[in-house]
Amino acid sequence: MIPDPIREGLARGWKAIDAASLARDRELEADVVVIGSGAGGGVTAEILAEAGLAVAIVEEGPLASSSEFHMREDTAYPRLYQECAGRKTADSAITILQGRCVGGSTTVNWTSSFRTPPRTLAHWHGALGLRTATEAALAPWFERMEERLGIAPWAVPPNENNDVLRRGCAALGLRSGVVPRNVRGCWNLGYCGMGCPINAKQSMLVTTIPAALDRGATLVHGARVERLRLAGDRVVACEAYGAGDAAARHRLRIRARHFVLAAGAIGSPAILLRSGAPDPNLATGRRTFLHPTVASAATMPQPVEGYSGAPQSVYCDHFLDAPLDGPAGFKLESAPVHPALAAVTLPGFGEGHARRMAAFPRMQVLIALIRDGFHPDSPGGRVRLRSDGSPALDYPITPYLWDAARRAWLAMAEIQFAAGASEVLALHEDAAPDLAWQLARRRIEGLALRPLAARVMSAHVMGGCAMGPEPRSSVVDEVGRHHQLENLSVHDGSIFPTSLGANPQLTIYALAARLATVLAADLHGRRGRSPV
Amino acid sequence: MATRRQFLKVGIAGAAVLLTVRAVERPLAAPVGAMRVLDPASARIVAALAPAVLAGALPPAGAAHDEAVRRVVEGFDRTMSLLAPVVRDEIGELLGLLRFGLSRVVLTGIWSPLDEASPVEIARFLAHWRASRFDLLRAGYLGLVQLMVGAWYAQPAAWGAIGYPGPPALDGPAPA
Repeated sequence: MIPDPIREGLARGWKAIDAASLARDRELEADVVVIGSGAGGGVTAEILAEAGLAVAIVEEGPLASSSEFHMREDTAYPRLYQECAGRKTADSAITILQGRCVGGSTTVNWTSSFRTPPRTLAHWHGALGLRTATEAALAPWFERMEERLGIAPWAVPPNENNDVLRRGCAALGLRSGVVPRNVRGCWNLGYCGMGCPINAKQSMLVTTIPAALDRGATLVHGARVERLRLAGDRVVACEAYGAGDAAARHRLRIRARHFVLAAGAIGSPAILLRSGAPDPNLATGRRTFLHPTVASAATMPQPVEGYSGAPQSVYCDHFLDAPLDGPAGFKLESAPVHPALAAVTLPGFGEGHARRMAAFPRMQVLIALIRDGFHPDSPGGRVRLRSDGSPALDYPITPYLWDAARRAWLAMAEIQFAAGASEVLALHEDAAPDLAWQLARRRIEGLALRPLAARVMSAHVMGGCAMGPEPRSSVVDEVGRHHQLENLSVHDGSIFPTSLGANPQLTIYALAARLATVLAADLHGRRGRSPV
Repeated sequence: MATRRQFLKVGIAGAAVLLTVRAVERPLAAPVGAMRVLDPASARIVAALAPAVLAGALPPAGAAHDEAVRRVVEGFDRTMSLLAPVVRDEIGELLGLLRFGLSRVVLTGIWSPLDEASPVEIARFLAHWRASRFDLLRAGYLGLVQLMVGAWYAQPAAWGAIGYPGPPALDGPAPA
């Protein structure tokens, strides 16, 4: 029997409230309200609770735990993802995978844990004036979170889906590396994206959130934060509603001395916009980045079984190793191959689609994450509110990014053929499988680059509440404090001023740890008490 | 078969109809029966499209086929119910357009109701949408196809044909 740390904690008397089943309106009080329980909110909640502050964590999604993680797409996507893993940009051109559950995306991500690339930090420091964005300044925070979450390069041989990337790179003389993962006692199952059934993944669900709850924090789940109530330059309360039936839902109002937004790069700007937060320079929700991701599917002569084994264990940064002011770089990784995810991502329908699905066990998938936000031709997207108050993300794919998409399809196809692929298909509605690299190259060079034909995905939403020294062009300062609202901080990926060029969870962990530590000291100082 | 030129005309008119009707049509009718958001007529449209979208994947005609189509409609409805309300309404409106005679003819070139159309006719209009110059039609194609293939391949009934063994059992001892 696999232990379930959440059910055990609840049995021990954790303070947890399911807002979806509230029988009446409720009022709560805390020192600090943390909105969101993902990478930023989880780390923040633990550090503030350890400092002796009364913390209330508010999460939109459900409190789901390993007892109900059955490695099934038909139960995991509806329960654990925003919009059943079918969230899209406003024009439907980019599919966005985002968690919506306690632990946020960390509960469902593929465990890749990279430090912020040095080149990215140098840009933040040099071009954007962020004094604290240096490798030396962040190193202790990376070390602390790597230790906390068991982050280390994956020591087990890669599964075949990843080994194709390794072999293909080796054959072409490109350097590849081993992905660091946040796991302890991993069974190499391959179902990280559906919630880890054995609690090996060191997500916020099984690490920082339980630690905060053990320290007396309150977790309100199934609660959608409607708005922050403002009075002058202060936030006085956070108002949330149960996520259940609109007619029967009840309101929860939480008062606190300080508020931390960690609702992700779509959720956090949306809450600020719904709250009418001061935004004199219209920076809120602007410059949203996605690492727009394109993919290439190979059919290998041998079994790949891309559903089995650590989903991401090999990466290639060769195509990121280029100046930031030139053509966009991209990071290459493998993507796990599960039936529904593969089916919605493969182009076509009918017999053609069925034929590709029939090769499912031999299917190998590479993805390219395009580094956006560093070049004037890559200004990112914008989170705005629809008439019903829900967030919409406008993200135009600029010619600059399309150029990178084409180079990425070429690079992936060449690597897949070099690793022995029988055929390769760029995931684009106008493409067809090719049997040799030269044929694939000609086809990819001729592909029309247009939205809703190329399959474009994102699992990394960043920016929209940029940190920066200048209130003119940013939303929060270098310690995450809102430029206009005195007792509001933002601790999540929305504070990135650009994308990263690497999977973002470890950067969010490290930044949140630093910001939360500063905040804890500050809150104690103001109250005249020394930190615990 | 329509020539490219004919289809372009239809495409332009279709996009115009889609935009106009989107502006005036009311949101989805209240859910009925076992469905969460699809009304019975829209559910019939999804059921009519499924055999073309999943040709080669669904079991051959017979009870198993009908059951598979029923499950695809169910999964379509469930996913649709979890989308942002605005997106859900757009899909509802699109299904409404496929139901309503004039807009159906303009958008698909099919003169009979879709549940009387052949899979070949349906595949032909989907292929036109897929290759359309109009973002709106390509978005409609993608939305419908993704909801259907996702609904089918998420369930065990689909796995045998593609050689997916399903998730591993966890009751044994931990692997070394």
